[in-house]
Amino acid sequence: MNGSEVVTGAQVELSAASEQKSAGKSSGFPADFLFRKFTGFVAFIVAATLVAIMISLIIEGWSALHTFGWKFLITSTWDPVSNVYGALVFIVGTLLSSLIAMVIAVPVSFGIALFISELSPRWLRGPISAVIELLAAIPSIIYGMWGLLVFAPWFGNIEPWINDHLGVIPGIGMLFQGPPMGIGMLTAGIVLAIMVIPFIASVMRDVFMITPAALKESAYALGATTWEVARHVILPFTRRAVTGGIFLGLGRALGETMAVTFIIGNANNLSASLLMPGASIASVIANEFTEATTPLYKSSLLALGLILFVITVVVLALAKLLLLRLDASLEGKKA
Amino acid sequence: MKLNRRSFAKAAIAVAVSGAVGAGVMATAFAGETLTGAGSTWVYPLVVKWSVAYDKETGNKVNYQGIGSGGGIAQIKAGTVAFGASDMPLKPEELQKDGLIQFPTAIAGEDLVYNLPGIKPGELILSGPVVADIYLGKIKKWNDPAIVKLNPGVKLPDMAVTVVHRSDGSGTTFTFADYLSKVSPEWKEKIGANTSLNWPAGVGGKGNEGVAAYVQRIPGSIGYVEYAYILENKLAYARMYNRDGKLVSPSLKGFQAAAAHIDFTKAKDFYVILTDQQGPDTWPISGCTWQILRKASPKATNEAVTKFFSWGFEKGQSMAESIAFGPLPPSTVDAIKAYWKQNLGI
Repeated sequence: MNGSEVVTGAQVELSAASEQKSAGKSSGFPADFLFRKFTGFVAFIVAATLVAIMISLIIEGWSALHTFGWKFLITSTWDPVSNVYGALVFIVGTLLSSLIAMVIAVPVSFGIALFISELSPRWLRGPISAVIELLAAIPSIIYGMWGLLVFAPWFGNIEPWINDHLGVIPGIGMLFQGPPMGIGMLTAGIVLAIMVIPFIASVMRDVFMITPAALKESAYALGATTWEVARHVILPFTRRAVTGGIFLGLGRALGETMAVTFIIGNANNLSASLLMPGASIASVIANEFTEATTPLYKSSLLALGLILFVITVVVLALAKLLLLRLDASLEGKKA
Repeated sequence: MKLNRRSFAKAAIAVAVSGAVGAGVMATAFAGETLTGAGSTWVYPLVVKWSVAYDKETGNKVNYQGIGSGGGIAQIKAGTVAFGASDMPLKPEELQKDGLIQFPTAIAGEDLVYNLPGIKPGELILSGPVVADIYLGKIKKWNDPAIVKLNPGVKLPDMAVTVVHRSDGSGTTFTFADYLSKVSPEWKEKIGANTSLNWPAGVGGKGNEGVAAYVQRIPGSIGYVEYAYILENKLAYARMYNRDGKLVSPSLKGFQAAAAHIDFTKAKDFYVILTDQQGPDTWPISGCTWQILRKASPKATNEAVTKFFSWGFEKGQSMAESIAFGPLPPSTVDAIKAYWKQNLGI
């Protein structure tokens, strides 16, 4: 998704060096010349595919966007019988389930990565890392089935407790009220979190591990605790890559389809409670695409795809902006 | 950087596989000896069962893909398959416009299943209007007077009703909603009938198995599934009052009774829907699946398709029954053959 973000300071230096090298040699060897052309070509293919997908989604979704205009984005009626479509419920569902996932996954991933890189005994690192990576290799349909058959029933037993304890908190209590069905927005968010944790945690672990030991040791020498080293040395040093890892996970959460379809409850309504069923863009496309019998219906589903695409692009762009501003403020501090 | 490599590899495999599948579909679509069909997932088990036996007996292969009714209609219109299957019949005008014909294949039915502690399968009795009110979200408790009135002597709990429906587009939903439209003016006006609906209440499960799983999971829930599913999973099913006011249980006989009380021969392009038909034995939520052919297809292709389905109508009946599909009555089969002759000259 977001490969360019996952570049650490050390790697930047490395790649800059290799660039100089290859630039110097390119005239001499045909193999090098071909290699450059080939890598440039494959890099271009990705960009071209992206643009092509965008264009075809716009063409296919045009009829829906043209028919409903801006109302497509801000209305919540989704009625295939009378051919009236609005995407609001699904947009909210996509953003909300991903937000829940990130709220859970980011701190947990940070903890996992910090434990592996700083606190765990050396012999434990390998096994823990392997388990985390195995989590990433599980197909999402398996998470969906597990979520539906194992997690949801268990979570359904927890929900009365949530109702009684979190549901009574003034203000945010309404987020945690509802029948104990075990499925719904919160369940989807939690399962999504489990799915994205390995992605975020692996990236974080990789970059934490290559934080120069000299930096950490100097901080320790000044009497810093592990937490302080993590907060003031490791995180600032790896900020770019950590943000990159988080957005890699977010990208996956936004577009996750099968697992969410199984556990989000697939109800087309907005609800104040996270325990109630909802729907996401990806889940509604997965659910309804095969039986979309009218052209406007199909077009509306493809327009949903376009919206998901745009949301992802906007989110990534915001991440870039955030990084740029962080960089700028840091530069300012240094000066 | 491991992760990026992995996700790249995944993407590359996905592209390669989809390319290969696409090429495969094209190849089989144009190969002479294999018939291709696509569409309804409801009729999928039947067509596949027939095609295996048909291949054994005649050496002719039929390759059917359950991509959904919408997909089946789109594919036959595009001419990429020899036949498309839909659980929702096309209107005669639409068939005319695209040069298509359609005929029914087999009859099936669906029923409501529930999760009520202490109430055994077949013990709960429902009627169409009550089911409509439940799915409209108007009946919120199991001990609502309307349900109690239908179930004298049954101890209905003071429990919230959780409505479960299909989340995916489905012919099962179409048939269910069509029935509710016939028995409840309010349903007809507010919701209507389609393969996907603007559901006023409840949660959506993916597929029959999704609905069944939710119903088994959530106490106080009610859902609708295909009859074959009730048989297989031994779910608690409801008995219903039919149009004649008789109390019936879901059965193949009940589905066939629905078809027998319809005059398929008089309906233009067999455009009739089997829900809420007359007759004392008729099961009210009966449905049907249709095959769609293109008049402009090569005559040999259409001939091969009609041959396959007439074989199914004649020899595939017990196979249909074994998977809870009701065979078409002989009069309907005759009408279909006359229809072929008239429209395709076969």
